[in-house]
Amino acid sequence: MMDSPRTAVSNPPVQPMESNLTERDLIRRSATSELPTPERQLTPVAKLIDVSKCIGCKACQSACVEWNDTHPEIGANVGYYTNPHDLTEDMFTLMRFTEWVNPETDNLEWLIRKDGCMHCADPGCLKACPAPGAIVQYSNGIVDFVHENCIGCGYCIKGCPFNIPRISKVDHRAYKCTLCSDRVAVGQGPACAKACPTQAIVFGTKEDMKKHADDRIADLKSRGYANAGLYDPPGVGGTHVMYVLHHNDKPHIYADLPDDPKISGVVQAWKGVTKYTGLAAMGLVAAGAILHGVFGRANRVQPEDEENAEKLVDSAAGHREDA
Amino acid sequence: MSEPWDVESDDAIHRGPPVTVDRYGRGKRVNHWITACSLILLLLSGMALFHPSLFFLTGLFGGGQNTRMLHPWIGVVLFVSFYIFFFQLWKANLFTKADMGWFTGIRDVIGGHEERLPEMGKYNAGQKVIFWAMALLIIALIATGILIWDQYFYDYTSIETKRFAVLIHAVSAVLIICVFIVHVYAAIWTRGTIRAMTRGSVTGGWAWRHHRKWLRELAGRGRIDPAE
Repeated sequence: MMDSPRTAVSNPPVQPMESNLTERDLIRRSATSELPTPERQLTPVAKLIDVSKCIGCKACQSACVEWNDTHPEIGANVGYYTNPHDLTEDMFTLMRFTEWVNPETDNLEWLIRKDGCMHCADPGCLKACPAPGAIVQYSNGIVDFVHENCIGCGYCIKGCPFNIPRISKVDHRAYKCTLCSDRVAVGQGPACAKACPTQAIVFGTKEDMKKHADDRIADLKSRGYANAGLYDPPGVGGTHVMYVLHHNDKPHIYADLPDDPKISGVVQAWKGVTKYTGLAAMGLVAAGAILHGVFGRANRVQPEDEENAEKLVDSAAGHREDA
Repeated sequence: MSEPWDVESDDAIHRGPPVTVDRYGRGKRVNHWITACSLILLLLSGMALFHPSLFFLTGLFGGGQNTRMLHPWIGVVLFVSFYIFFFQLWKANLFTKADMGWFTGIRDVIGGHEERLPEMGKYNAGQKVIFWAMALLIIALIATGILIWDQYFYDYTSIETKRFAVLIHAVSAVLIICVFIVHVYAAIWTRGTIRAMTRGSVTGGWAWRHHRKWLRELAGRGRIDPAE
């Protein structure tokens, strides 16, 4: 068996398989400083979503719900196709529909972007997470939530540059797309990619996906989309879910896809300088108090203080009695 | 004639001998210890989420999920108890001219040479700094704490607002812990102080040494053995 699956279209074998994705393949683990270096490097994988080939059928959403056995609430139609209206703890992927008038051609373009976890190489959720082992990153690039370690604090939401994680109101744990880590572990591609009828979603090694994207971009350019390109944002170290966008010069038109996502400077300050200077400040104050306590003399009330107090009180009381 | 700001309702001198001075009534002491216990619990649960090396502290609260759930509620208890206390104490904590002398003589304060400093009222300048710092930091902590109390308030603010809130919350927490350490240490170092918050009274000598202006005010106004 290959260390990472090369495609999402193959059918699984009928005999049971061992998981090929284990604790030993972790390259990052939340709130954990000493992680053993993995003995092997898995081939990095990626999901490529070609927005120009998407027909908006939502087969990916259905496949996601089915594979992950979630039960999204049945929502209401409020006049647009995006449904449910947002990602939820039961809906890890969502087709976001945007009606955009291209100012150059005056054509209405119906942009459909499959939203979900981007599996950043530098994951903000993992950086923000305070619970050891609640968020992990495998050497193949998958960023996964380990629910039994999750404490439900919502720090991952603050760390994420894409607004992806959702906390369940039922079990108070965070949920998001796993890139079907449980399928990838046994040589299969993600359920959404397998279900996609137009191959708008494809899966394989990150290298292969970039090559495939190059072909698609060349095709789009030949058909007049001069700004077609690959969305693999360097601000988060690249991602293991990438888009082919026909208008890669303005990702924000695709339902607010960030133009240049990176982990917020506020989050960096909170998780970086605040933590170290904070611990140092508290330590210094405590050490100062201890040193002063050990080497300084205690501030004790002296016998003459008691005498003076007595005199003062006696004379005041005496005045009162005289009056 | 109105009472000076310093003199609070429970304050009174008992002639003894030995002379003792009532400093805190039962209500204030109960309130102080509720505040103190909540602050310590908040410190432990908050530090558990502040740095991974301290995550083990969640064990004291029955695990990470419980820690996350309990911390904000303890914060509410602290906020309420502190602010009841605040409104009883704030007048006596207004800064006066004499406090400047205390600040400029900070070396003598640390060295324990109070005879070189101006006479202090019920609270010295350092205690006042601690009082106002606590008051401000608790406001900052409860306000930012509510913003990041996602279980109930997630929908009311943007993620960007929550990012700032969590940063301010962490910085304020560090500061209040520093203030807390100074507060506890000063109470230990200045011998005879802790009984003010346990028994409610101090010795006459303690009041003479550390808060002479207050003692004079009490004596001058005849707040002596009011029960007799």
